[in-house]
Amino acid sequence: MDDQHQSHEVADDLSPTRRSFYIKFIYGIMTAIGAALAAPAAIYLLFPPKIPKEGQWVDAADLASLPTGTPEEISYQRTRVDGWKVTSEKATAWVLKKPDNQVIAFAPQCTHLGCAYHWDDPSHTFVCPCHTSAFSIDGKVLAGPAPRPLDRYEVKVDGSRLQIGPLEPHA
Amino acid sequence: MHNKIIEWLEHRTGIQTAIKNFLYEDIPASSGWHQVIGSMAVFFFIIQVFTGGLLAFNYAPTPGEAYNSVKYIMTELTGGSLIRGLHHWGASMMLIIVVLHMLQVFLYGSYKKPREATWMMGVVLLLITLAFGLTGYLLPWDNRAYWGTVVTTQIAAQAPLAGPYLTRLLGGEGSVGNVTFSRFYALHTVLLPPFTMILIGIHIYLVRKHGVTPAVNDTAPRRKFFPEQVFKDTVGVSIAFLILFMMAVFARVPLGRLADPTDTNFIPRPEWYFLFLFQTLKFFKGPLEAIGSVVLPGVAVLTLFLIPFIDRAPLVRLGKRTFAFTFAALALIAWTGLTTAAIVTTPKTTEADETAPGAESLQAWQQLTPEELQGLAYFQKEKCKACHPGAGKRGIGPDLTQMIPAHRDAAWMIPHFKNPAQVVPGSSMPPVQLDDAGLNALSAFVLKLTPQNEQGLLSAPDFAVQGALIYQSKHCDACHQIAGAGKKIGPPLDGVGQHRDRAWLEKHFVDPKSTSPGSMMPPYKFTPQEMDAICKYLLQLPKAGG
Repeated sequence: MDDQHQSHEVADDLSPTRRSFYIKFIYGIMTAIGAALAAPAAIYLLFPPKIPKEGQWVDAADLASLPTGTPEEISYQRTRVDGWKVTSEKATAWVLKKPDNQVIAFAPQCTHLGCAYHWDDPSHTFVCPCHTSAFSIDGKVLAGPAPRPLDRYEVKVDGSRLQIGPLEPHA
Repeated sequence: MHNKIIEWLEHRTGIQTAIKNFLYEDIPASSGWHQVIGSMAVFFFIIQVFTGGLLAFNYAPTPGEAYNSVKYIMTELTGGSLIRGLHHWGASMMLIIVVLHMLQVFLYGSYKKPREATWMMGVVLLLITLAFGLTGYLLPWDNRAYWGTVVTTQIAAQAPLAGPYLTRLLGGEGSVGNVTFSRFYALHTVLLPPFTMILIGIHIYLVRKHGVTPAVNDTAPRRKFFPEQVFKDTVGVSIAFLILFMMAVFARVPLGRLADPTDTNFIPRPEWYFLFLFQTLKFFKGPLEAIGSVVLPGVAVLTLFLIPFIDRAPLVRLGKRTFAFTFAALALIAWTGLTTAAIVTTPKTTEADETAPGAESLQAWQQLTPEELQGLAYFQKEKCKACHPGAGKRGIGPDLTQMIPAHRDAAWMIPHFKNPAQVVPGSSMPPVQLDDAGLNALSAFVLKLTPQNEQGLLSAPDFAVQGALIYQSKHCDACHQIAGAGKKIGPPLDGVGQHRDRAWLEKHFVDPKSTSPGSMMPPYKFTPQEMDAICKYLLQLPKAGG
């Protein structure tokens, strides 16, 4: 840019070395200050909060009340750390009790774009109304744009009660 | 490619010419270091806008939630306390810099014709800087913020004629609460920032219109603003920024307890730069109070505003401006004197910083489970101290802080409580008349005693002991957990005060479903005293592991 400014330089009786030192200093300091502000800002906005993830196991349903072999949508109350607040909220899951009393709990959103899907008994599939993704009873993708099987919650059975935990990591 | 983009931009917007015109302004040969402060003030305004915007990303602008979100920024977010530090200390430094800028202009007589409007715009900017400080002070919603603002709104209420209207405008009618908070927040973040930007723009426009003030008899050829003067500005800015950054890193910005309108022990004080006004007030009693709170400051501001019209003499050399120097020196002495007096005469607050590391584990009783606290209640009721006076003191009975070293446990302790002489032949201790649950609690408490914590535990506040007694008698532990004791059917209550406030808890006890839809918890009816104790107790529970 310097040659474009020659007409102005004439008015200044600064030596070229001095002038170039000034300009380098100005750019250097401004860059340093910019970095000293941008780095903490990026860390502040992008790093996850330090709040420890709790066990998040919730008592969700009575095992005996679940039908065997047909998925059932259950709703339960769970607490969630939401920023500076712990909120208690309603949550749902599609739960399948198998004949051997094994339980699978699917997260209630389609893995495509998060729409709520439902169980379609005649076709024996989970169907998402948004983009017609279809999933088998064990969550495998049968049709549509869904990129992966239905997400599952960790489950455990405590006596006759079904406990629902955090999401299983994706395979 | 790079050149082509610049060419296109220049042709379509003229941006390059605009920047050149801005940077290659002619300035007098006599300009120099004394004129860098104005640029520094602009720089600090930019810092405040930047850090303020970042804080707003994680800030909930309602009382109660505001406090929790500031605490969240300070303790849960990486870099959060640095950002708040930059904003907090930046506010103070910006005020100092604005005042220094004004002082320089005043001493050099740069407000004289034709620059009167520039000066007056500067006075308005000073007042706006103070308004930023005043409104921002409330936003953390801790005791300091709350009580400081109570005093501010009361002062505004004393203004002759305008008092009641000002109070209503600030939402301070009745008390400082939601309305005042929202108005301060709106002023601080919505109205003042763009208003300030416009005024800074006008101020700089006026500086450019009249040019930088030359010294008397400065006939040397004029120079360019860039790069020499910009270099000097940059040096000033970098030094100030370095100081600010150091302060943000090393000087913790405190966050006191959540604002408590019933706290009668808190001594309100304003931010340091308002202390001189705070002190001035003390000289005027009764009906004269408005003189100190409104009339004097009003006259001072008006005088400052009208200085270009009061002093209309032609500009003279800096060394000859004796009156200006005397005036500035007197003002500085008065300000320092009043501020010092205010600091000396106001007792220090003893409020702990709620976000300091380890602040949560400060009190001994906070480390006890509800059952152990219940045991403490029985310990006091049964007057155990009469015979067991404590570590290092001689009493009828043995030192109870030595039970663990003496290998005593609950299995030994409980039969001993029921029938002392049977366990310890010859003991003159009377049997303790409690049911099994009570004896369990008492033994749990006694086994917690150590020479270090004894004093602290025995002076546990009443609300903690009573609160824990209620907690135990209502069997809250059948669903809730505190310090690892109890079931987890409901949410654990450790650190519940971080997320909930008193109003929420009270509502929750009366009708749990109103605050937590779907809650299985039954409603509880407490007397006002019981409600007070259980709420205070729960709200002061430390976080798990704290």
